[in-house]
Amino acid sequence: MSLRDELEALRPYLLRYASLHLRNRDAAEDAVQETLLAALAAEASFAGRSNLRTWATGILKHKVVDAIRRSSRERPIEGENDTADFDALFDERGHWHEPPEAWPAPDGALQEKQFLAALERCLQGLPPRTAQAFLLREHMGLETAEVCKELGVTSTHCWVLLYRARMALRECLERTWFAK
Amino acid sequence: MNLSCKEATQLLSQREDRKLTLGERVALRLHLVICKGCRAVSEQIPFLRRALARFLD
Repeated sequence: MSLRDELEALRPYLLRYASLHLRNRDAAEDAVQETLLAALAAEASFAGRSNLRTWATGILKHKVVDAIRRSSRERPIEGENDTADFDALFDERGHWHEPPEAWPAPDGALQEKQFLAALERCLQGLPPRTAQAFLLREHMGLETAEVCKELGVTSTHCWVLLYRARMALRECLERTWFAK
Repeated sequence: MNLSCKEATQLLSQREDRKLTLGERVALRLHLVICKGCRAVSEQIPFLRRALARFLD
């Protein structure tokens, strides 16, 4: 199989990756297209590397981050920056109305396709910038300082976005998976 | 410093993103000893990291 064919076979995976982060089909298609072209042009630099998908995903990550940086500049983040909407979870003294329970054997769930589908639905339910911050941090593995820089927000705002994402995902997984 | 659960959960999130101060770490540890709900969250936040690290793989 030629490199072109092998890369083409990766397109569905790359598109899924880009769509998860960009939440916009057109932007995801563009990022993948640029990635495939860049990969073909850089064929020589792939020579000798073992995993084509890892290499192509590495290129895609840069394209995705570029797209997020551009859209953050064009449409700066508004809202999603205070924790008032979590007040429903806590009483006026900041204590739980309903304390969360520990999840039974959560790591076992990671083996289950159904769980990953539930996680994806919970991710889609997050506000857009909140989801982007969280995915850059935890899925792409960027340092928090880089996440804040690409999104064009202060580190305090960044922590709020990440807190919001973690608390909302926690609640969503509890409701849609672990409490079942 | 006595943390509320809202403050404790904020620190549980932020400790994934920055180094907490000594005072914050001590206050958080004391809070977790007495608060079962926040102890659950203290396990769930790192779990989210593990789940996302392998998502799409």
